[in-house]
Amino acid sequence: MTSTPHKLWRFNGGLKLPDHKAESTQETVFKAPLAEYLTLPLRQHIGEMAQPVVKAGDKVYKGQIIARCDTYVGAHIHAPTSGRVRGIEEHPVPHPSGLTAPCVVIEVDGDEDWGEHRMPPIEDLQNLDPARLRHRVREGGLVGMGGAAFPSAVKLNPRPQQAIDTLVVNGAECEPYITCDDMLMRTRADAVIQGLLLVKRTLQPRQCLIGIEDNKPEALRAMTEALGGEENDNIRIVALPSIYPAGGERQLIRVLTGREVPSEGLPADVGVVCHNVGTLANIYRAVIRGEPLISRIVTVTGSGVKRPRNLRVPFGTPISHLVAHAGGYSDDVERLIMGGPMMGFALASDQVPIVKGTNCILAARGEEVDPPGPVMPCIRCGECVRVCPANLLPQQLYWFTRARDFDKAQDYSLFDCIECGCCAHVCPSNIPLVQFYRFAKNEIWSQEREKQEADAARVRHEMRQERLAREKREKAERMNRKKQALNDKPAEDKAADTGNDPKKAAIQAALERAQAKKAAQGADTTPPDQGKPPSDTRTQEKTR
Amino acid sequence: MRFKTFTSPHMSPARSVNRVMRQVLYALVPGTVAMAWFFGWGVLVNVLLAVTVALAAEALMLMARRRPVKPFVTDLSAVVAGWLFALAVPPLTPWWITLIGVGFAIVVAKHLYGGLGYNPFNPAMVGYVAVVISFPREMTLWLPPGTLADMAFTLPQTLQVIFLGQLPPGLTWDMITGATPLDRIQTELAMDRSLSDIQASPFFGAVAGRGWEWINLFFLLGGLWLIQRRVITWHVPVAMLGSLALISGLFWLINPEVYASPLFHLFSGAAILGAFFIATDPVSGSTTPMGRLVFGAGVGILAYVIRAWGGYAEGVAFAILLMNMMAPTIDHYTQPRVFGKTPARKEG
Ligand code: SF4
Ligand code: SF4
Repeated sequence: MTSTPHKLWRFNGGLKLPDHKAESTQETVFKAPLAEYLTLPLRQHIGEMAQPVVKAGDKVYKGQIIARCDTYVGAHIHAPTSGRVRGIEEHPVPHPSGLTAPCVVIEVDGDEDWGEHRMPPIEDLQNLDPARLRHRVREGGLVGMGGAAFPSAVKLNPRPQQAIDTLVVNGAECEPYITCDDMLMRTRADAVIQGLLLVKRTLQPRQCLIGIEDNKPEALRAMTEALGGEENDNIRIVALPSIYPAGGERQLIRVLTGREVPSEGLPADVGVVCHNVGTLANIYRAVIRGEPLISRIVTVTGSGVKRPRNLRVPFGTPISHLVAHAGGYSDDVERLIMGGPMMGFALASDQVPIVKGTNCILAARGEEVDPPGPVMPCIRCGECVRVCPANLLPQQLYWFTRARDFDKAQDYSLFDCIECGCCAHVCPSNIPLVQFYRFAKNEIWSQEREKQEADAARVRHEMRQERLAREKREKAERMNRKKQALNDKPAEDKAADTGNDPKKAAIQAALERAQAKKAAQGADTTPPDQGKPPSDTRTQEKTR
Repeated sequence: MRFKTFTSPHMSPARSVNRVMRQVLYALVPGTVAMAWFFGWGVLVNVLLAVTVALAAEALMLMARRRPVKPFVTDLSAVVAGWLFALAVPPLTPWWITLIGVGFAIVVAKHLYGGLGYNPFNPAMVGYVAVVISFPREMTLWLPPGTLADMAFTLPQTLQVIFLGQLPPGLTWDMITGATPLDRIQTELAMDRSLSDIQASPFFGAVAGRGWEWINLFFLLGGLWLIQRRVITWHVPVAMLGSLALISGLFWLINPEVYASPLFHLFSGAAILGAFFIATDPVSGSTTPMGRLVFGAGVGILAYVIRAWGGYAEGVAFAILLMNMMAPTIDHYTQPRVFGKTPARKEG
């Protein structure tokens, strides 16, 4: 079965990290019991916020759409189980800022009642047409399971000019500690492969490459078994060297195909579509079992929990509930991280829910994640340059960001930074480099937004000027007409009186001319260019 | 339950400035010991004195600048600067020269430019060049390597010379001091002697100056260890020693009676110490991989030019300072190609 080994390419830099995968792979995936309440944020994916279609007091069934998002880059939200809507409330959501955001809160009834809400399974798979699959994926609210939560349907719809010849499947899972993809591949390899076959039928790629880091031998074995060999039907399983961040989409594509996704482009521009293994399994579920995306596997791990493991959880489950089913916290837990240790963010509270993009909850003790020592000045050692997978000069980006020279930072390709954290990890001066890059990006975005707001304000101002001028003009005209009406009568009288005095008539005429001119001038103050209507700028903002 | 929040990455960092500097110091030990073996106690006294002055100056400047003292003093960067200075000056350098040199290095070259990370020039080399220019006579008072010396100074004698300027009775400076091999060649070439004649003297060893060969070999070992421990990259040393060997080899092939061999150039002066320990100073050097090659090559060529045709027998310190000036420009023109920034390559 095995043919020549697949040629692998390299990307610059990267790190060999202690992988800490063993802790959470001792037990098989455990289905977490339902929590009392599920809290579902209306924004769980990249793109627009979903709009709720239920209200407080409504009975909801498992799998029922509770919030719709019909924009192109959007995903609906479904009730993870049956219950009653308590309300649509502001609630803390998983976000580094600790912000609150609108959420649908469901009081769980424990019946797990689907009602009529399971989608009918698609049976005629051989003739499954692409549009139908896309529609199903969209109705199922599927998003990428790799963490970024990009709506999956979009990736099943390449533009015609992007000839897709390669489907890359991301089973790399390169961040330390996270094992949810690993466990999924071990336990549901056939679902992944079946999902892959469905996508393959839609995209018709020449080759499919499944990339799995070689620190997951059991996953590799299970997947090979499910595929019926390392290579089968133009699908190939490739073991990758474990170098963080080999699971970054761009890095993975590079390693497997040698192609570089252009800086401002998408994988499709080099003929590649990339799906996470978890996404494929979900596509399979949605098609065969008619299940929308309502739960996922989450790794709960770190020395801060007593029993690290992987749990299948309905979305909206509070983290505290999850931790309770991972043996609870150890005494000296210090930090709670959503995501991996390299790219995840620290949470201030465990009262936030699991969302579609949550792959890992890492509870860490002090010695595991030593709070960094004092920040020292950059000694320009170039270690960060050596490890940056995007080939950037992190120390220069840091320098420019500190100096608030954001133009320069952009010249040095700030936006090509994937925030992988490699640079900060190796920096001997302990500089929180990634934090600076995030700050710079945010500043640039907000400056742009401000500029747009200023533009909008200018347009509003011009509109107001125009309106004032118009009102003035109209008023003048009204006055004029009134005067005219008043004048007309006495003039007639006077004319009769004075017997057509030519002098008076001339003065009268001059007065009238002056008045008319004044009125005309009033009208002239209207700006010649009336500017864009504000609705225009609003749509502009929206499409950004 | 409330948790502490920090930004990612959350893995404990692998390195620290202190650790980097500590490893540089370890790597200096073999060469320093070899140097003390050949030149006596003076080397060690110089190192101790220079390090003490460096630490004191560092602490004073930090206090004056109202910066936290402890993290910066314990980063050991001042220790490295002092140590390197001590290795550059003659073994019996009077204490006040070390005081002035190291003080100048730390106060002016380092702190007046903003302290750690901000100095455009390598502090140790600035201090060294300052005293070379100010006290040319004292700076050429090298001892002949121990195996050739008529007598070896004891530690008390050494201390007496360095701190009191008193030579043991019956000795004069002329009697005890000699030149470095590079000095000697430069002076004697100026007297129209041929290289083969000059190098026939027992002062010279198999490939370079006697004693110096060994010292440099041990610095080389330390330097290679630094590369192996990933404290420095290979770029600067390879480019610098490569270019020095290349250009000296070229002239040597043209006229071996006037131009010394590449091995002589590599093993007689400060080329190896400079290549691994000084030109690799991250702060004042180039940071891009390509830039480091250019930087190293520049140092090698300039060092040769100064040695062969300049007014100083040893050119490494000057070459490094000159290239320090170029580093920002080099960095600017050697930025790596950003991932995905050119048209995507086709498979193959
Ligand atoms: S790793 Fe840190 S100290 Fe070294 S160059 Fe980069 S930012 Fe500066
Ligand atoms: S976080 Fe950005 S700058 Fe730092 S290594 Fe990763 S891609 Fe490079």
